[in-house]
Amino acid sequence: MNWTIALPEIVLALLGMCILIFGVLQKHESFKLCAMLTIGALVLTGLLVFVGAQGKGYNGLFVADNYAVFAKLLVIGASILGVTMSIDYAEHENMRRFELPVLMLFATVGMMIMLSSSNLMTMYMGIELNSLAIYVLAAFARDDLRSSEAGLKYFVLGALASGLLLYGISLVYGFSGSMGFDQLSIALADPAKVSAGLVVGVVFVVSGLAFKVSAVPFHMWTPDVYEGAPTPVTSFMATAPKVAALALFVRVMITPFGHMVGQWQQLLVLISIGSMVLGAFAAIGQGNIKRLMAYSSIGHVGYILVGLAAGTEIGVRGVLIYLVSYIFTSAGMFACILAMRRKGLMVERIADLAGLSKADPGMAAALTIFLFSMAGIPPFAGFIGKYFVFIAAVNAGMWTLAVIGMACSAISCFFYIRVIKVMYFDAAAPAFDARPASLSVVAGAGALFTTFFFIFPAPFVTAATVAAKAIFG
Amino acid sequence: MNDLGFPILSLLTFLPLVGVAIIMSVRGEEAVLASNARWTALWTSLGVFALSLVLWFRFDQSNPGFQFTETAAWLPQLGLTYKMGIDGISVLFVLLSTALTPICILASWESITSRVRDYMVAFLVLETMMIGTFCALDFLVFYMFFEGVLIPMYLIIGIWGGPRRVYAAFKFFLYTLAGSLLMLLAILALWNATGTTDIVTLSHTVFSPRMQTWLFLAFFASFAVKMPMWPVHTWLPDAHVEAPTGGSVILAGVLLKMGAYGFLRFSLPMLPNASADFAPMIYALSIVAVIYTSLVALAQTDMKKLIAYSSVAHMGVVTIGIFTFNAQGLSGALFQMLSHGVVAGALFLCVGVVYDRIHTREIARYGGLADRMPAYALTFMLFTMASIGLPGTAGFTGEVLVLIGSLKISFWLALLGASGMILGAVYMLYLYRRVIFGALEKADLKNILDLSPREIAIFAPLVVLTLWMGVYPSSFTHFFDASVGALVEHHQAALAATTKLAGVIR
Repeated sequence: MNWTIALPEIVLALLGMCILIFGVLQKHESFKLCAMLTIGALVLTGLLVFVGAQGKGYNGLFVADNYAVFAKLLVIGASILGVTMSIDYAEHENMRRFELPVLMLFATVGMMIMLSSSNLMTMYMGIELNSLAIYVLAAFARDDLRSSEAGLKYFVLGALASGLLLYGISLVYGFSGSMGFDQLSIALADPAKVSAGLVVGVVFVVSGLAFKVSAVPFHMWTPDVYEGAPTPVTSFMATAPKVAALALFVRVMITPFGHMVGQWQQLLVLISIGSMVLGAFAAIGQGNIKRLMAYSSIGHVGYILVGLAAGTEIGVRGVLIYLVSYIFTSAGMFACILAMRRKGLMVERIADLAGLSKADPGMAAALTIFLFSMAGIPPFAGFIGKYFVFIAAVNAGMWTLAVIGMACSAISCFFYIRVIKVMYFDAAAPAFDARPASLSVVAGAGALFTTFFFIFPAPFVTAATVAAKAIFG
Repeated sequence: MNDLGFPILSLLTFLPLVGVAIIMSVRGEEAVLASNARWTALWTSLGVFALSLVLWFRFDQSNPGFQFTETAAWLPQLGLTYKMGIDGISVLFVLLSTALTPICILASWESITSRVRDYMVAFLVLETMMIGTFCALDFLVFYMFFEGVLIPMYLIIGIWGGPRRVYAAFKFFLYTLAGSLLMLLAILALWNATGTTDIVTLSHTVFSPRMQTWLFLAFFASFAVKMPMWPVHTWLPDAHVEAPTGGSVILAGVLLKMGAYGFLRFSLPMLPNASADFAPMIYALSIVAVIYTSLVALAQTDMKKLIAYSSVAHMGVVTIGIFTFNAQGLSGALFQMLSHGVVAGALFLCVGVVYDRIHTREIARYGGLADRMPAYALTFMLFTMASIGLPGTAGFTGEVLVLIGSLKISFWLALLGASGMILGAVYMLYLYRRVIFGALEKADLKNILDLSPREIAIFAPLVVLTLWMGVYPSSFTHFFDASVGALVEHHQAALAATTKLAGVIR
């Protein structure tokens, strides 16, 4: 058996346990050291993923293909950024517990299993491993009421979604006799085999996954959890698990259910439109920047699902490129939000950014770049991402979807440029505390990438094309 | 590579960013930084202007095609290339952009006192975007520059603008963006149909009438807002009134030309049938713009608002000229755009001069300035006359050519279009009388100073240009004669082909 295809996951899980034991055995507080070790483990895993063997194994439960490699590298990159951003916050907010990075590490293991799953059961295991770690992370500030509330809320709703997902899986299994992606794909190639019960099962699977990516109408938890969870956890949740869930969503819809495009396309178009519209309108009234980011992320999920709704290779490529731009923009954005600290206390109102361009021109410029990128203004990375998903929609002849997407894009600009207005046009508020280097590095790297992505998109596009080809087999 | 042996257009486009890098890299005290930013921006923009003069001398006026072209691989997977090049239609706009930028920077020398560094950076970035817009030969590259303009302009209006600057900046940004996104959809549709966004290829592709109609409407949404045409012009007066002088000058001088340039570069060559079909609608909107906004201009009490509305009227003349589809109309439209760029820019500078001294743009607060400011009165008069279209000034040639072109279409079109000249004379002379003539009664005007040497340096090139364009217009028209001729030919050939096709089907 070709067990080496799962080597990165095995190594990461083992390293995670080693770090856990190491942390427990330390007499003194070892948060920072464990965080560093976690970053090291993630970097090592990234290398293993990059050079690792490809193929299918474990009786068809597990697959390592170009698509998985592409998505895993994104996820690992996002996790590294997430752990980096959490260091300073944990030091300040009395969350110096070594479990924080380790939990992020285990969540990452779960995500990697999600991305490599080629069976509905593996997929479920991956999702649960990922979610369990994040439930704990969301409630990590255990003395803070809002954080506990966020954790509980996420857990209860997450359990419900898992139930939906499992129910869907059981229906799919019952009506088709298989849970393997390849077997399902072969079985469903014949339209006559697609029974009503199976379609219901697929709808449940889509619902469960829509919850994980926080798409309308399963988005309700997002604003509260984003707001309540400790900010570094929010920034982690907004990047790595979201990317993993979206990439998994794409694989599940394309590989096993690819022949049923006719059945699920309409559903995804609706989810996508709903997310884009809600993201554009609901964010307008927000005064808290974390809530704003929650609604903005719902909108972004809508744009990403445009690519999936197209159901073509071009669409999947669009999704992957969007994810690349999304990770860097989002991570950079959250690095700036984490730097919003005044007299030792975190502030998170948009009004707190007033006059930032005078007090801290560098941070204001970086935030401006991220906001314009999210709004999809060229030449920033977000524009390139949007361009690629809308190309797919146009290519598939989905004009209504494309027009609605463009309209939402224009509307959502309003709240993005309103934040810029607060930073640049309003009278100055007191300056923030000095930024820790770790946040400056993440924000700086994000800003550079977001700004200059348009010069060198070609290698990413090539990689995404190869990756998209892999799941279309 | 082009015949010069070096990529001049890319150099022109991105040279301002070198200035940005220099300004950003300097550290020190506020005053030092400000002075450094001013001088760096001025020298950078002067350098760009000097380099752009190469285009003036080396441009082959007999060649209707694209010159100085350069290409680089960008996204081969999508058939996208980074492609730059200019023809007779775009070359003078590049020169207009490079000429107006140093003038604007000089005009902002003393009036911008806060955050000088950011201002100069925004202006140089704006210059990059403007030049890039006119040089781009790939539709997506064009779009990126075209949209990129929004970012620095939004900041220029919002940070250094007047009391209602936030409202104006938002309105400017959202209006323009909403239009542009529809154009982006059209670009995607073009790419989907042809597999390329190369402007030259697309110009020689024939699209079905139905597709042409949709594409035309999408382009129209973007260019009509940018231009701006009635009834989507309402962002312009707000943006102009609130923007600082330099911003107004660039807005009137260059940004407004992007819409008309879009019509010339995309709508006409790519969608000849739809352009012909929609021409009556454009005529109607343009005539409304000319007459209605002229009357609105007459009622204004704010100098900048008056000139802003006059800009809308002048742009109405430009759209009439473009959609006559004949050589006279097109040349007239191009000439009118250039002259308006110089003259309206200069008029905003004239407003800026008195605003810097008295800090108000209320027309009623002025009067009798001729007594204390003779040089200013003379300059202002020249540009007023040019705006009216007095023979011998820049405004005349363009309007007359457009009239000749529109006479070939319809007498009434010409008549109603020409009414703009009369109304223009009314509101401009009325403005001039109220500001410059009359008795010098207001106390604070008694000590007002005439033009300073810096201001004379700003106005001198514009005065020379205005007279030059009026007295010897051929040195400018020669640049675009060949390209306009080719465009007209292309348009007629395309129409003839469809007529023939219709005949075959029948």
